[in-house]
Amino acid sequence: MAPTSDPQTMQRSYLWQDGTLRSWLLTTDHKRIALLYMASITAFFVLGSLGAALIRLHLISPTGAILSDETYSRMFTMHGIVMVWLFLVPSIPVTLGNFLVPLMLGAPDLAFPRLNLISWYLFVMAGALVVYGLFRGGLETGWTFYTPLSTDYTQGRVLPVVAGVFLSGFSSIATGVNFIISIHQLRAPGLTWYRLPLMLWALYATSVIFVLATPVLSITLVLLAFEHVFHVGVFDPALGGDPLLFQHLFWFYSHPAVYIMILPGMGVVSEVVSTFCHKPVFGYRFVAWSSISIAAIGFLVWGHHMFVAGTSLYAAVVFSMLSFLVSVPSAIKVFNWLGTMHGGAIRLDAPMLYALGFIGLFTVGGLTGLFLASLASDVHLTQTYFVVAHFHYIMVGGMVSAYFAGLHYWWPKITGRMYPEMWGRTAAALLFFGFNLTFFPQFLLGYEGMPRRYATYPAQFQVLNVLSSAGASILALAYILPLIYFIWSLFRGARATANPWQATGLEWRTSSPPPTENFIEPPVVTHDAYDYAALDHPAPAPQAEPPHV
Amino acid sequence: MSEHLAPYDSPRHRDETAIAGMWLFLASEILLFGGLFLIFVVYSHTRAAGWALGVRHTNLMIGGINTALLLTSSMAYTLGVDAARNENARGVILAGLSAAGLGVTFLCLKGWEWHTELADHLFPGPGFALGGPQAGGAQLFYSFYFLSTALHGLHMLVGIGLIGWICLRTYRGRSAPLIAMPVEVVGLYWSFVDLVWVLLFPVLYLIGRV
Repeated sequence: MAPTSDPQTMQRSYLWQDGTLRSWLLTTDHKRIALLYMASITAFFVLGSLGAALIRLHLISPTGAILSDETYSRMFTMHGIVMVWLFLVPSIPVTLGNFLVPLMLGAPDLAFPRLNLISWYLFVMAGALVVYGLFRGGLETGWTFYTPLSTDYTQGRVLPVVAGVFLSGFSSIATGVNFIISIHQLRAPGLTWYRLPLMLWALYATSVIFVLATPVLSITLVLLAFEHVFHVGVFDPALGGDPLLFQHLFWFYSHPAVYIMILPGMGVVSEVVSTFCHKPVFGYRFVAWSSISIAAIGFLVWGHHMFVAGTSLYAAVVFSMLSFLVSVPSAIKVFNWLGTMHGGAIRLDAPMLYALGFIGLFTVGGLTGLFLASLASDVHLTQTYFVVAHFHYIMVGGMVSAYFAGLHYWWPKITGRMYPEMWGRTAAALLFFGFNLTFFPQFLLGYEGMPRRYATYPAQFQVLNVLSSAGASILALAYILPLIYFIWSLFRGARATANPWQATGLEWRTSSPPPTENFIEPPVVTHDAYDYAALDHPAPAPQAEPPHV
Repeated sequence: MSEHLAPYDSPRHRDETAIAGMWLFLASEILLFGGLFLIFVVYSHTRAAGWALGVRHTNLMIGGINTALLLTSSMAYTLGVDAARNENARGVILAGLSAAGLGVTFLCLKGWEWHTELADHLFPGPGFALGGPQAGGAQLFYSFYFLSTALHGLHMLVGIGLIGWICLRTYRGRSAPLIAMPVEVVGLYWSFVDLVWVLLFPVLYLIGRV
């Protein structure tokens, strides 16, 4: 039934239709831009990971093994900035999202194809500026750029790094605008809002945060740069300013940014869990609206980063309560994924293994978040490794797992080739065990009081630190392995059919890899998003509905 | 550049999409200036006396004239949008040139105002002109003043460039039927730039003056 990707399909596909370098660098095809982005964020991921490797290597010894204290500070700053702005924030939206949004909508491209290309160039320029700043000395402020350290006391290269992060924000805003307008305007005939795949609901919610939170970071960085360059008061108390104001502005972006980093992952997991259980997602509308409510409530919780910064008790209680509230839609998702699996025909292919890892690790990360949202326990745990472990469970255990789940799941669609299944499962298992070995000890370290961002520590913490570093080496293996077999599969992988997983999404109705125009025949949607009955027992040629415009 | 397939069903669908995109971008812009206005909201309360001292030293005359210029410019451009809907290319160009001309006059006056303020040592820093116990608050005000007018001026430069582009493309395409959509999209942006000034004017020149 499904056409395999024979050499003809390959030649007609977006990958090979015009092979010149110029055609790639000036492309407005969302699928090619997704691949340009994929290459860029992979490079930044490698860079950020090298930073992490040096940090973990350094912390094997209580006195610090390899780096000076100053270099250590610059190293964790580099790791944080590169990972947050050049990998995690763009990751799934700009790669899988860029590739999939038009395909899932049944459209030939995003609403603004040229804006999409511009966003990639902005991102590359941003990355170049950040890397320039980090290699010409770096900075020791941590990824949060707290003032007045970042404006008046730093010895580091604040300006290029801040300018880079500022530019990357415009790239995010462009992507967000493109996704929201595309989902509103470019749905195929018959594709109503409640027939959208849950991935699109998640990306929609993410885009709302891109558009409404990112500009606040932009203006905050402008103010920071202004104070840094002219030495005039904005935030510095010595010049009359209020440093707490910086923290309010910074976290007004950076807490919602946490949801930028996790919501797309939740979208991927919804797709993968449904496909590999061959069952509709349990409680579709609840899962869809939980994405929107996470984005909405996410705008109201930033104050929980400042419980010990001298905010009023009244404000702290309100922020604490609102932070607890976010756990409700998050828990809805977890329970609905479990409900989907209940009674399903579960297949444990690599994408599903990654998705299961996501569910477990995200749950741990989410529950430990409640410890930090509680005022009393936060006073004890804040600024310790407990916080580091908590957000890595969300960012790495959650988002990186989901990114790998999505990469494996859509790899046949993107490249027309299957990855080697055995190696995929091995890498998924390595990621899960390596991750837990790296970060679970850090919960214990934090609970016992080891502060974050210090280059040295008391000798009693060494065993747990060595365990953590050992885990990091397994984690590194879990990253290197897919890099090798994905590249290998480009040349030697088995050719993929159009729908290798028996999934329901529109993207599986076109060939693997898709032709430049996405669909030879513009699709018409007649079923709900996860209607496996219709897939297994296709009705005779469905009646075309009239076009929607 | 090899143009990838346009994803629109019809010209109307394309126009709706572009205009919706501009509205969404403006939502993002509101948050950009929103973060900046937080500086005003906080410091005009916590450092009220010093802030008001700063406000009293701004040039109300130039500020007032500039407000009138920008409102007129916005009105001129809106007439251009109306002309575009009636496929009146000459009207679009005329309106565009007046709107851009008024905008340039605004920027020249603003530049002159900055020049006099810098000469009077009103830029915050070691040589700041206003002494006394309220100097700190007044410096915060002038940090906000220079940054907000610079950011607004930058938006005006972009807007003037866009209006110039509209005039040029209308002039070059005057033999073909006029498409109103780009004129409207730029009009949304120009009105937004105007609106930001309508908020900045009272904040910089009026509130706290008396």
